[in-house]
Parts: sequence; structure tokens; C-alpha cells
Amino acid sequence: MSEPIPADNPLVLGAFRFESRLFLGTGKYATYPQMRDALDLSGCECVTVAVRRIPQNEAPGARFLDYLDLDRYTILPNTAGCFDAESALRTARLAREMLNTDLIKLEVLGDQKTLLPEPLDTLRATEILVQEGFTVLVYTSDDVMLAKRLQEAGATAVMPAGSPIGSGQGILNPLNLRLIIEQATVPIIVDAGVGQASDVAIAMELGADGVLMNTAVAAAKDPLRMARAVNFACRAGRDSFLAGRMDKRMYAMASSPPHGVIGAGA
Amino acid sequence: MVGVEDSHLAGDQTVRINGEIQPWRPHWTVWELLQELEADGPGVAVERNFAVVRRQNLATTPIEPGDTLEVVRLVGGG
Repeated sequence: MSEPIPADNPLVLGAFRFESRLFLGTGKYATYPQMRDALDLSGCECVTVAVRRIPQNEAPGARFLDYLDLDRYTILPNTAGCFDAESALRTARLAREMLNTDLIKLEVLGDQKTLLPEPLDTLRATEILVQEGFTVLVYTSDDVMLAKRLQEAGATAVMPAGSPIGSGQGILNPLNLRLIIEQATVPIIVDAGVGQASDVAIAMELGADGVLMNTAVAAAKDPLRMARAVNFACRAGRDSFLAGRMDKRMYAMASSPPHGVIGAGA
Repeated sequence: MVGVEDSHLAGDQTVRINGEIQPWRPHWTVWELLQELEADGPGVAVERNFAVVRRQNLATTPIEPGDTLEVVRLVGGG
């Protein structure tokens, strides 16, 4: 009988506890059934959704919510697409009314082309939403000092981008991410920029508490296979982080005994 | 006149719904608007003049000339 490996702690976000440290977005899938199956294969327990105006005279058809198992997943509404604090605050309040949840993924963007977060409005909106009793998971760049300010402002989790939203460029500044993680007093969830399963593993090996992704799964050639891959990668990266890596060495060190090789000696 | 926004002329009998100007109707309520949009189920929320209309107040909240309304729902996103 092998020695048991101690179980990992759940990820705690306010009143919520998650065994899976992977968070998936629900946008850009080819079909709703594909979205449903990708969420299932990813093993995620929390999914993010956007808030949008109801179009007038909409043709009847498949409805998004019919493909989202609300008993299975914790719904994390987001303020994606908001370019100022005010519209993000209004969106958060509408989401709270709609879902009866205090959870919010706060996104305040600064620029259409890069979709990089606007730091000052992001901080201001965080302060206000915390005051209003929201459980704020706040999207930010990989700026170390801003991450610190956001956690001091009462964010429940800070979500630095690995690289720009939807870019698939992976973790471009592992050093900053390490510095954010080292000083963190709240969970750090890498949000945005992940392009493939190895990026998820890298984020988790750096010590991130979770990873949120969307496009890397939805825009993969085979989204379901990628959903399964990132499920494995997230757990593998987490275990690798908890296990603790070996020290790097300049020179080689054989794994097999140096003595007793045949043909040696007289 | 009650409920008239700066962007509307005095006596203007219109409302702005999800960014579109529409004629106002007497005795109109938010609940009726939701039914017209076939949006009277769960997963919908309404903002009237930049304040959320609580679920229990949907039926009794009037729509007045000059009102700005946002009617939203959940969609897929990341």
C-alpha cells in the first residue's frame, strides 16, 4: 500500500468553496451543446457569464440558459465590455438582481484594441462594490502594485491577466505573476491570455490559486478535447506546485549508480 | 414634468429602451414591457433611470415619459 498523498484544500472565495481550480467562460462556442459538453469535460465548478441587453423582436431559438446547469455550476456574472466604472457598477447591480448572487467578476477595460484593464476605474469600482457587499473577483493587468491595492481595497480574489484577453499568448510575465502571488493575502486567479493546456499548468506551477479561461477552449480546433486537456493541466500544475520542484543545477547528475558498470576496471 | 431627462425636450412623449427611442404609452409598466419583450422569465433584470428595479416591484413600477430603461439578460461570455 503506497503512502497516501494529503488532499488539497478547496479554493475558498467568500461563501463559495471549489474543489476544481479551473474557471471557464461561456462565450464563443460553436453551439450551446458544445459549450455544455466543454464545461462538463473541463471539470470546472464555476462558470462566468456576461450581461447584455435583450434584443427586440428576437427570433425564437435555442436559449443560452437552457444549456447551463444552474444546480451544478456556480454562476459568476461579469462586467465584460464595460469601459468605465459607472457602467461596470450598473452591470454588477443588475447581475445581482438577476442571479441573487453577490459574486461578480469585475472588468473595467481601458481600450478597445488591447482590452487591457483601466487601473484607476478598476480600483474605484472595486472599492464601491466591496462597500455594497459584493464578493469581488477583480480582473487586472499583471501590475504588482495594483494587485496589492486591489486586495487592500477588499477584493475577494485578484485576477491578473497572463496576456491580453483572447490573445492566447500565455503567461508573458511569469516574474510579475510570481511577485503578485508572493505578496497575496487573497486568492490569485490568472484570467485571460491562456492559449493552451501548458499555459494553465505554468500558471498553477507558479502558485496561482486558479485559472479562468474561455477562448483557448472555445477556439481550439477540438474544443472538447482541449476542455479535457485543461482539466488535466490545471490539476497537474497544482500538484506540481504543491510537490515543490527540484533545485536547478549547472551540470548533469546521473540518476543511475556510477559504480558497477560492466567492462570497467582491470 | 416628472421623469423628463435632460436629453429629452419638455413635452417629449418618448422613452429610451435599451438605447432606442420609442413612443411612450399611458399606463405602461415595466412588467408589461417585459412581457412585450418575452422576457418575463428568470434571468432577466431591469434598470430604470440608472437604478435597478427590484423583482418584487416590476409590476408596480410605471414607465413615464422620458424614462431610460435597460432590460438585460445573461449571455455566454468570458
